[in-house]
Amino acid sequence: MAFSNEQIERYSRHIILKEVGAKGQKKLLNSSVLIIGAGGLGAPAAMYLAAAGVGTIGIADADEVDLSNLQRQIIHATKDVGKAKVLSAKETMEEMNPDVKVNTYRTFVASDNIMDLIKDYDFIIDGTDNFPAKFLINDACVMAKKPFSHAGIIRFQGQLMTYVPGEGPCYRCIFRDPPPKDAVPTCKQAGVIGAMGGVIGSLQAMEAIKYILGVGDLLTGYLLTYDALKMEFRKIKLPKEVKDCAVCGENPTITELIDYEQAECDGVL
Amino acid sequence: MKLTISGEVKEYKDGISLVELIEAEKVQTPEYVTVSVNDDLHGARDFDKITLKDGDNIEFLYFMGGGC
Repeated sequence: MAFSNEQIERYSRHIILKEVGAKGQKKLLNSSVLIIGAGGLGAPAAMYLAAAGVGTIGIADADEVDLSNLQRQIIHATKDVGKAKVLSAKETMEEMNPDVKVNTYRTFVASDNIMDLIKDYDFIIDGTDNFPAKFLINDACVMAKKPFSHAGIIRFQGQLMTYVPGEGPCYRCIFRDPPPKDAVPTCKQAGVIGAMGGVIGSLQAMEAIKYILGVGDLLTGYLLTYDALKMEFRKIKLPKEVKDCAVCGENPTITELIDYEQAECDGVL
Repeated sequence: MKLTISGEVKEYKDGISLVELIEAEKVQTPEYVTVSVNDDLHGARDFDKITLKDGDNIEFLYFMGGGC
């Protein structure tokens, strides 16, 4: 596949980078990323991946755009209130870059659909806002041997890590089970500064891009935490493996996906 | 003895337990926190089995569920 003149111009700042080049840009155009959750994290992640020319982007979310989303979910605009988030996200991405094919899945992820959703994608982004979904995505990606980026945001804080099969711990290695319903506040209950989604969601896009290009060091084996009030990033080293992890350990006890009880949140995905 | 806690070196009495440290550091909702001691991860059910020693590196890993 040769680049059109328009593509050479559009991606010129990528192509000039020795870590990307024409070869890397082709890798991006031939790659696919699934974003689960078109919210605070998914919005910036989707926009940067679309702008970067990731050829196929899947976006899964069952919700509609609400006015209270717009303080942070920058892929949606005022005119989109009431519209399906996946549709609004698709329109924005297609306007940004016609090279991108966007697949929409207007659904919540659950044990009966997630394997099917992730199977055709090279990399998964967890942009969900609740623990049942986060554990489900982790377990599904471990079982299907798919790399994914975990992230969470609340108030002025964010965290992320990258799972690559066989190359480091999974989310469940760190956090063994979801906390009980309502034990840990959601961002609807506790609030979140809008730009936090921008910081952490963009880092998730960066991890996806690095994974596709095969350059640099991923956040495998590390949890990156960001405290915006202290303006402090910390890269916390994790064990290389957790032998007794219930899903990725030596003798896994979780061999089937689990639908945990959902905590109430604005946009359950 | 010296402990490195979330990247910061602090002085604590010899033989302090992880449970005591969690209290002294005012860790919120410790039952949902994972503690890394020199890269070994411990959930709440193991906290009372851990005694800390000079030079230990401790990190508190918190659940963060938002994304919405």
